Amino acid sequence: MTLLLQYVANGLAAGSLYALVALGIVLLYRCSRVLNFAHGDLATLGVFFAFSGITRGWPYGLALLGGLAGAAAVSAAFYRLLIKPVRQATALSLVITTLGFALFLSGLMVWAWGTDTKVFPFPLSEVRVFRFGGVVVSELTAGSLAVGLVLVAGLSALVQRTRLGLAMRAVAQNPVAAQLLGVPAGQVLAATWAVAGALGAAAGMLLAPAVLLDPFMMLDPFLKGFAAAVLGGMDSLPGAVAGGLILGVAESVFAGYVSVKYKATLSFVVIVAVLLVRPEGLLGRPFHRRV
Amino acid sequence: MVELRTSYAQDLRLVSGWTGWAGLLLLGGGLVLLPLVAPRYALYVVTLAAVHAVVAVGLNLLVGYTGQISLGHAGFFAVGAYTHGLLLTRLGWSFLPSLISAAVTSALFGYAVGLPALRLTGPYLAVATLAFGLAVHQVLVNWEALSGGRSGLFLPDVQLVGVSLKDDRALYWTVLAVASLLVWVAVRLVRSYVGRAWVAIRDSDVAAEVSGVNLTRYKTLAFALSALYTGVAGALMGHVVGFLEPQLFTLFESVYFFSMVVVGGLASISGSILGAVVLTLLPQALSGMGEVLNVLYGAAVILVLRFEPGGLAARWLRIQRYWRTWPL
Repeated sequence: MTLLLQYVANGLAAGSLYALVALGIVLLYRCSRVLNFAHGDLATLGVFFAFSGITRGWPYGLALLGGLAGAAAVSAAFYRLLIKPVRQATALSLVITTLGFALFLSGLMVWAWGTDTKVFPFPLSEVRVFRFGGVVVSELTAGSLAVGLVLVAGLSALVQRTRLGLAMRAVAQNPVAAQLLGVPAGQVLAATWAVAGALGAAAGMLLAPAVLLDPFMMLDPFLKGFAAAVLGGMDSLPGAVAGGLILGVAESVFAGYVSVKYKATLSFVVIVAVLLVRPEGLLGRPFHRRV
Repeated sequence: MVELRTSYAQDLRLVSGWTGWAGLLLLGGGLVLLPLVAPRYALYVVTLAAVHAVVAVGLNLLVGYTGQISLGHAGFFAVGAYTHGLLLTRLGWSFLPSLISAAVTSALFGYAVGLPALRLTGPYLAVATLAFGLAVHQVLVNWEALSGGRSGLFLPDVQLVGVSLKDDRALYWTVLAVASLLVWVAVRLVRSYVGRAWVAIRDSDVAAEVSGVNLTRYKTLAFALSALYTGVAGALMGHVVGFLEPQLFTLFESVYFFSMVVVGGLASISGSILGAVVLTLLPQALSGMGEVLNVLYGAAVILVLRFEPGGLAARWLRIQRYWRTWPL
């Protein structure tokens, strides 16, 4: 029983990161109907910005903020300069554009920072632990879970309680009607992209201390976050969080009891199964298409 | 001077006019005679380009013509390569039966992936195919008895009509023959009922169904054939590289294949070949700067989509049209 609880705790920590990544993906998909394959690379770029800040001797908090702002700026610029001009195009060409940008960014990071892994300094330690009964939780795990939950709550407040959030929801529902009512859709979308970029970078910063920083660090978490988004439903923000946590726990339990080797494969088998049974995801609305 | 087509037979013709025939003869002759003059390394690069061209043509059947996204083609590439490799090494089959079995196996995998694709569109299909590609890669990495693990699976010396495929020229001619056959089939196919059914599905699946296109049959057929092309290319790739290891079949490989199709031009066979050749030669020409390779691929894809969504094929048509009406 303790063992199971331990697996669940580990799974929740990993799952909260997947949830953060998934939130960024879902936020963009809801608003602009773009599946952003560059999300993971944008996040890694943000972490590298922060890392450069730290090595130049900036104050720690300022460097982290700089990383978040950098990722947000690049994300918004990507939308403005590359996505928006092809907006009338098909879903396929938008996906391809983000894939191209992902490739471009990863190449750029390899070029600028090299492929060797770097230690990302972080105030929380992986070695110091809390004990709850028999369950051991490292400081880092607890911290990332807490920060993850705070960010999720913050995003939900942003979307549900602020004027910007209202505008985001309006644009997501019907961009043309929103524009007619005076919502500056372009700016709102750029802001959405910026928020998503910053969310991704935050997830990356929580992950970097645990896995070491390199240009392809976010590849696996991005794919998991993507899977979590599909699991929860591509147009549901609560779905993204639920999907992320479920995926994290399922993975951890599977790795503990069945096989560590096929841990990553499991998540994708789950996704395909979910897609077949319930294509709109757990909390998504079923989509109806008009011909 | 603009050529007008005045009969159906003229419209059906694959090659038109003496310029067309001359160009085809020149290209074909040049390709066949190339090994007599080219150095070994150049020959290797051209062989690689031909293998990639087969993948790009196959992928284009699915993405460009049928409008279904696939980010898992490295998976089919791996299925073809390993089926061929294992049949050759473990069971001692000869080249042709093994190649055909690899093609059939990949096609079956393509059919299996195509079934869920019937219910999935857009992002969901992207995820499902991505999942397939990753799953194949992980199974290969973890199931070492099958794949030979990180140390790799070395292909044996295979004879084809008495000549060893370890010989660069023999391999080149074999690859060229297979590629030409598959390209010819693709060109014929997209102009047939099947090709028109695919295009109809791409443009509007509901309208296609209403007009009597069997969606189940033609979507799964597109997946199966696309996988078959990719699998055959994978099998040939094994001979080009000499051994197989899981790292040849990563997600990045799928994305590279995708870039070739996009840069060459969606829904254009000649474009796919061009895209494959350009994106295979480019890294070789810039081999000193391996790090920025991804930058180049990414930039190429973005620029093409931004400025010439039809890819190199559309640009080529535009150049042709310009010269045809020159100096107007």
